[in-house]
Amino acid sequence: MLFGPGVLAVDAVRRVSESDLAAARAQMGFSLAWHIIVACIGVGLPALTLLAEWYGIRTGDPAHRLLARRWARAMGVLFAVGAVSGTILSFEMGLLWPGLMGRFGQVVGLPFALEGIAFFLEAIFLGIYLYAWDRLPPRRHLLTGIPIVIAGTVSAFFVVCANAWMNQPRGFTLRDGRIVHVDPWAAMLNPAGPPQTVHMILAAFMVASFLTAAVYAVALLRGRRDAYHRAGFFLPFTLGAIVAPFQIVVGDWAARFLSGYQPAKLAAAEGVYRTGSHVPLTIGGVAGDHGLKYGLEIPNGLSLLVGYSPGTVVRGLDRVPPALRPPVTGVHWAFDLMVAAGFFLLFMGVWLLWQWWRRRRTGGELSTPRPFLALAALTGPAAVVALECGWSVTELGRQPWIVYGVMSVRDAVNPAPGLMTGLWLVLAVYAAMTVATVYVLRRLARGTPVPQAPQEGDVARYPVV
Amino acid sequence: MLVDAALAVMWVGLTCYALFGGADFGAGVWDLLSGGAERGRERRRLIEHSIGPVWEANHVWLIFVVVMLWSAFSPVFAAVMSTLYIPLTLAALGIIARGAAFAFRKASTELWQQRLFGACFALSSLLTPFFLGTVAGGVASGRVPPGLARGDVVTGWLNPTSLLGGVLAVVTCAHLAAVYLCADADREGRPELASAFARDAVISGVAAGVVALAGIGVLHADAPRLFHGLTHRALPLVVLSAVAGLTGLALLARRRFVTARGAAAVAVAAILWAWGAAQYPAMLVGSTTVAQAAAHGSVLTAVLASLGVGAVVLVPSLWLLYATFQRGAPEHPSPR
Repeated sequence: MLFGPGVLAVDAVRRVSESDLAAARAQMGFSLAWHIIVACIGVGLPALTLLAEWYGIRTGDPAHRLLARRWARAMGVLFAVGAVSGTILSFEMGLLWPGLMGRFGQVVGLPFALEGIAFFLEAIFLGIYLYAWDRLPPRRHLLTGIPIVIAGTVSAFFVVCANAWMNQPRGFTLRDGRIVHVDPWAAMLNPAGPPQTVHMILAAFMVASFLTAAVYAVALLRGRRDAYHRAGFFLPFTLGAIVAPFQIVVGDWAARFLSGYQPAKLAAAEGVYRTGSHVPLTIGGVAGDHGLKYGLEIPNGLSLLVGYSPGTVVRGLDRVPPALRPPVTGVHWAFDLMVAAGFFLLFMGVWLLWQWWRRRRTGGELSTPRPFLALAALTGPAAVVALECGWSVTELGRQPWIVYGVMSVRDAVNPAPGLMTGLWLVLAVYAAMTVATVYVLRRLARGTPVPQAPQEGDVARYPVV
Repeated sequence: MLVDAALAVMWVGLTCYALFGGADFGAGVWDLLSGGAERGRERRRLIEHSIGPVWEANHVWLIFVVVMLWSAFSPVFAAVMSTLYIPLTLAALGIIARGAAFAFRKASTELWQQRLFGACFALSSLLTPFFLGTVAGGVASGRVPPGLARGDVVTGWLNPTSLLGGVLAVVTCAHLAAVYLCADADREGRPELASAFARDAVISGVAAGVVALAGIGVLHADAPRLFHGLTHRALPLVVLSAVAGLTGLALLARRRFVTARGAAAVAVAAILWAWGAAQYPAMLVGSTTVAQAAAHGSVLTAVLASLGVGAVVLVPSLWLLYATFQRGAPEHPSPR
């Protein structure tokens, strides 16, 4: 047996058309790709805001206190779009994939219920944190922000547990296509959960940190080198730089996990066609009939990465029937782009460390040479690229399965006609929401410019809501 | 027993969504009807002030209901979502437009932006409960068969009972919002706004009564099983709803705004529970009972236990949220 707990017999003849299936996949992929960015900011930005607020209260520094208020304002807008775009996903689970939910909804319901509780807590305390900013004493206000960070992280954990179940379906027994036994805890705590959840949560903090830092890197490049913009850059950039090396280690763990549990995904990600030892690591390349062409090969590279020895056997796509192979070029490129972006972020973190070390020797403030800032401005986009590519590896690499080895995407889709129309409608609404979100955030940043050296009296002039 | 507990918990979630989330939609309806930018400014400010801190938490009740339905009654979730995907997609888009536009309007300073986002917020506040109401009507009148998209994707929600459900949802949301806003205006020391909302509350309350009365005829012709349930087993709840609604109107006339809130909430909640009682034990009328659709006991136990533990954290948190903002003026007034 190559794949998981056995292939389920395909149900009676389906009426679904190819274009509707493509439309459903496109809609789900698009709305997930959109939501995942704001969701990551929703997990990471509250932590940054709390750090700035805490530092501001501790030192009385107006720059940090002002930063906290302005980040909170942006957080209010982003949390709203995150909440609604997340709700749509829960609808789409049923609107687009009723075949999945009708059969396995009960198996995978528990992590969603727990995620719901965590999200509820997050929404409650966000309401208090934002709207009671000037009603509560500063320290008590700071405390109301802590549940937001915890609940955001916990809800990310649960929702990724549910996704992990699609990669490693556990906790149920099928007999003649019917579920005869369910262990919801075993389903939720499946083996793919630990690497996937840790990888995702670290990614969330990196995306929020580097995106925020990038905004201030651009401002510093434009010559606004005052205390406010320096603080707005260094606080998130430092957090992102601290997380980056851990993420490389966790990413390695996640990939190594695949070699044991989901070899087809690793084979597609690394472009391995033939099972064997001494497998090279191929960077780039185009999928041909018998292997990647035009790629850069590092001899024995993959065998070394997977098992620390050139003799390690890596399972290739030849072990997978052609109809059950994921799309190699897409998964492989997404994987390589993610790794490249990850190492770029690691490099930027090392550069920051070096600047910091130099300052310890020479004194003065941390220097920000232009090349450093120019590359730092790219860390935000790079983190988003890594995020989206990593997500693509997870999702595309599981194709054609929706539940790995158990149910195909085709068997899960809603057979109702007209899904293509729904896709266009959703794209139009999301396009409008994207434009409006970017526009409103830019207005928030520019509407009330920050003075060169913000004073005590300036802080309260900036409304949080 | 376990199955009924899961159903009851889901229905409590639905009731909370109607009472809290519904009122937020209703507030958007009044925002729509508040007239020009100048004339409606005070009303819109009060609406924004009232729902701003709470709408996201209130919105989570919907997610709660969706997740309960798919966890505890997966085949029903699949049947409803696949057959009624058109109104549900439209409701989902309405939810996006309402939430995002509300946040955008609050962050905007120029009049044209506030108008654009405000119109989007208000219009979607009207359409979203309408579409959700049509879904309720489709389910209640037995138009959703089991299986994937086996029902008619058009007449499943474009039918007399669905239209009744949609209109009733909009009118009751508006009524709830107007009643809640009376007390908010009163507390903020705006008696003239409170009077205006009291008038709106009476008008929408009477409208809800008229729609409900007309609904008797509609249901008799279009959904005989539901009609039979409502006039027999669920009759006490129907009567309770009518009595609570009338009591609420009388309380409004006497300017007892806080008590009127309770009466209006009972009136709306009683209607939802009357629907449940009339249909029980059928989940998909004519085909699937609650017991047939229910998940395995292990799932129900795990979900209910998790919710029980969650409630220990959530209930005090919710109390803190409402208590923080239902208190009067801030201790440290913010210079805005």
